Amino acid sequence: MTIRNDMTLASVPVNAGLTAALKMDRAGVIGVIRNSAMKGRGGAGFPTGVKWNLAAAAQAPRKFVVCNADEGEPGTFKDRVILSEWPDLVFDGMTIAGYAIGAAEGILYLRGEYTYLRKGMEDCLAKRRGTSLLGERIRDKDGFSFDIHIHMGCGAYVCGEETALIESLEGHRGEARNRPPFPVNTGLNGAPTIVNNVETFAWAAAICVKGADWFKTIGTAKSTGPKILSVSGDVERPGVYEFPMGTTIQDVLKVAGGENAKTVVIGGASGHCVPAAEFSRAISYEDVATGGSVIVFGPGRDMLDAAENFLAFFADESCGQCTPCRIGNVRLLEGVRMLQRGECSTKYLHELCSLGETMQIASKCGLGQSSPNALLSIVKHFRHEILGRTPAEAKA
Amino acid sequence: MSQKNPCSEGDCRAPISQRPQVVPVSEAGDAIGSMIAATIDGHEIKVPLGTTILDAARRLGIHIPTLCHHDDLCVAGVCRICVVEVEGQRTLQASCAYPITQPIAIRTHSRKVRQARRHIIDLLLSEHYGECYSCFRNNNCELQALAKEYGVDFFRFGHPEKPLHNVDCSSYSVVRDMNKCVLCRRCVRTCIDLQEVGVLEAVGRGNRTTISTYLDKPLGDVVCINCGQCINRCPTGALRANDPTDEVWAAIDDPTKHVVIQTAPSPRAGIGEEFGMEPGTPMTWEMNTALRRCGFDKVFDTNFTADLTIIEEGTELILRLYKNLVLGDASQPLPQFTSCSPGWVKYIEHFYPEYLPHVSTCKSPQQMFGSLVKTWYAQINNLDPANIVSVALMPCSAKKFECNRPEMCDSGSKDVDYGLTTRELAQMIREAGVHLPEMPKSDFDDPFGTASGSGVIFGATGGVMEAALRSVIEFVSGKKVEDFYEHADIIPVRGFEGCRYVELRIPEAVGPVPGLIGHLVPDWNWIKGATVKVGVAHGTANAKRVMEDIKAGGKFSECHFIEFMACPGGCLGGGGQPIPTSPAIRQARARAIYQEDAAYGKTGKARKSHENPAVLRVYSEFLTDGPCGHKSHHLLHTHYTPRGKYIG
Repeated sequence: MTIRNDMTLASVPVNAGLTAALKMDRAGVIGVIRNSAMKGRGGAGFPTGVKWNLAAAAQAPRKFVVCNADEGEPGTFKDRVILSEWPDLVFDGMTIAGYAIGAAEGILYLRGEYTYLRKGMEDCLAKRRGTSLLGERIRDKDGFSFDIHIHMGCGAYVCGEETALIESLEGHRGEARNRPPFPVNTGLNGAPTIVNNVETFAWAAAICVKGADWFKTIGTAKSTGPKILSVSGDVERPGVYEFPMGTTIQDVLKVAGGENAKTVVIGGASGHCVPAAEFSRAISYEDVATGGSVIVFGPGRDMLDAAENFLAFFADESCGQCTPCRIGNVRLLEGVRMLQRGECSTKYLHELCSLGETMQIASKCGLGQSSPNALLSIVKHFRHEILGRTPAEAKA
Repeated sequence: MSQKNPCSEGDCRAPISQRPQVVPVSEAGDAIGSMIAATIDGHEIKVPLGTTILDAARRLGIHIPTLCHHDDLCVAGVCRICVVEVEGQRTLQASCAYPITQPIAIRTHSRKVRQARRHIIDLLLSEHYGECYSCFRNNNCELQALAKEYGVDFFRFGHPEKPLHNVDCSSYSVVRDMNKCVLCRRCVRTCIDLQEVGVLEAVGRGNRTTISTYLDKPLGDVVCINCGQCINRCPTGALRANDPTDEVWAAIDDPTKHVVIQTAPSPRAGIGEEFGMEPGTPMTWEMNTALRRCGFDKVFDTNFTADLTIIEEGTELILRLYKNLVLGDASQPLPQFTSCSPGWVKYIEHFYPEYLPHVSTCKSPQQMFGSLVKTWYAQINNLDPANIVSVALMPCSAKKFECNRPEMCDSGSKDVDYGLTTRELAQMIREAGVHLPEMPKSDFDDPFGTASGSGVIFGATGGVMEAALRSVIEFVSGKKVEDFYEHADIIPVRGFEGCRYVELRIPEAVGPVPGLIGHLVPDWNWIKGATVKVGVAHGTANAKRVMEDIKAGGKFSECHFIEFMACPGGCLGGGGQPIPTSPAIRQARARAIYQEDAAYGKTGKARKSHENPAVLRVYSEFLTDGPCGHKSHHLLHTHYTPRGKYIG
């Protein structure tokens, strides 16, 4: 995917973050990350410094740093770009995290479809081992050893959920765990574990180079720093962009060439559908949050088709563990197909929306909790478009 | 009850996702600091750190519905029926899986919660094929009960009109119908965690998820040990025992057939539950009458062959000890393992086939009974064995497989024709228009009418061991067991501890060798003053612990005799017993069994197998070459099949 604008990460010197971090003590590193107020770039927005601090405080003989590179959200491809262009920065960030929380082992969980990236990343890891950036006594720092290995995913979307990812790492079915306990206490093999997104680690390295204050000058008070977005769909210039947090949707559309869009789905299949009337909303944790996916729908798009596409995806990708997600997504998908055939009463649509709300609060993990989002927001904003179809309009 | 949930002992094989959180709880439960304040529906309670919301609510008498939760099993948190609202949290939390670690306010039946539960039930019903009135779990189904509790009066999200899965009837013991499965995974957790057999696992994802066996092979072809523990914990009718009731009725209705039924000790301690009685209400004598009203020609007590098993197995043990310790002949190695539990027998055939020489060659009481009914009983009553239909009432699903083993035909045809579970018999009794608790009492039929208390306690874990020890102690010492143990209760082998190890000392003063086995050993000098080491394990997870200990040369490898039962609690917790099951229910059934044993003593009846007059009669009239003699070997002993774990 094309990189469309200037990327801050491109200007961060390789290994400078780690070098800077190793000059501080562990608490100092966590302090910098906390000061930056960075929130997780995977989309859930948990403050990275808080997470690291919890793991650092946990008493355990073994701890793990896990990089979530199972980039599976439809419409997201920015991690792929980061891993292709700046793998060193990601490994830098992981090593810094290992130093900060007291872990000696890092694992990068790589999406199965990204197997082709593995070779380059393994070469990068080998080079780092050869230059004392990984391995025993990194850069002669006493008591700090850290190594990273790459673990391949097998194509399950749910493994992007951190506890399912950990189950998968342990060799079990990729299924979300009950929480609490949280991975920072009881993660991989029962040890304290931090799981962060690819982009989070890259920014952590950048913050160690450029400082927390630099990071805070970008973005909004509650959403600091720049954010890398994957823009796709009905735009003239799809690709990977960097914007400051808090950029409005219309500004993104202007840059990418999609000003006539009728709606934008922010956050991928599990995200929300924002109609044109609300394009002045800001991409940020406090307004419209996203892990990076911005899918633009032009005037000709049928929102019911979009809903069907998303729900078919979730019905297939649900791990099958909990009732609301396993069966709920199938019932919602059937409902959308009834709408397409003009066979869904408004009463039943109301039942389905109510079911969607139950799924949002009763599902076991983020997958089921967010899978109804797209449908609910489409029903909210495009009610007239999706109701009143006749069988003749239904696709063969 | 000391029987712990396996996951609390830290050696559980379940993924961490299915284990309760390990929260350090102070030894002194009420120590300040470890007690957390919880407010549930406005009621306040202090609970030890780490208590789940569900447990805290139960302490307050607040009912939270559950489906995937089971008191015997690891936590799963998958069905989501037990969700509650926790103040300050956006999402609802599964109360079975949520540990209270800080002061917390909870609402268990708010509008949101009720709505979510109703949706979950509607969703489950939208995938649950089958009508309640054509289901054996009608009126005893947790899904049905939930639907009633939440006032389901229509199928909000539809209802399947056709079955999607074939019913797997390949096993003699367990029938699986995935159409009724709600994917609560209790069977998976039962098989993997509780029994550590592991033939069932969830496969596929999304709504294609099913519970499957290795390569989706039929249950009859995998390493299933037929224990039926999954049946006892299934909330719906997805798992059931292979039911021969129709064939049994047909035999009863056929005037040319002489239909006899033997009844094991555990069903009588459990069957009352099927008729609304409290667990642990014994129904022995009422059941005898009910069986006659159903049309069985003779009602026998399996305890007779339990006593016979003790004589045969005890003799085998003495012979093994003598051969190993005196003659140096290790062809029949020590420790000797019991062979009464067909679930255990299939378990060792699959998982430890190299240890089969340790297993007693004695048939189980059920099969000994079968052999004698179609030989001795037929002979003394002038009956054609071909016209005898031999039915066994067992607390067990594995007994169905056992009576179909090809080697169990020593009488010339199938020694036992049909195995019935307690549940199936209760159904027959209902069908006969009989309300069991109101039946007058009646005794068992001769010639097997007399049993001893030792036979009765076969139903509880440690019972076979206690029965055997009662006889062995008297054989060797020439004195009464009561001289060593008050009321002949050998308490150290009782209880629900998963693996028990007990040492007993043989007195220095030994008696003469009793006549029954006088031709087998010359005297007792070789054993006097020795320490006899015995072990007891119930549930195959515990059996596995003991077997691994033996492999590693641990203390159980020094044992002389070990009792193994496949089911938690022994036969009283068998896979054919009434549903539901729980530690408390099994304990109540055990009380009923030990009370019946004690009652034998109070009424002056025999409590030791070798005092059973019917047993002595068999040896004097039929098995005239004595225990472990030629005839007994032909009819009462068997051999085993090393099956291994690898499936073709």
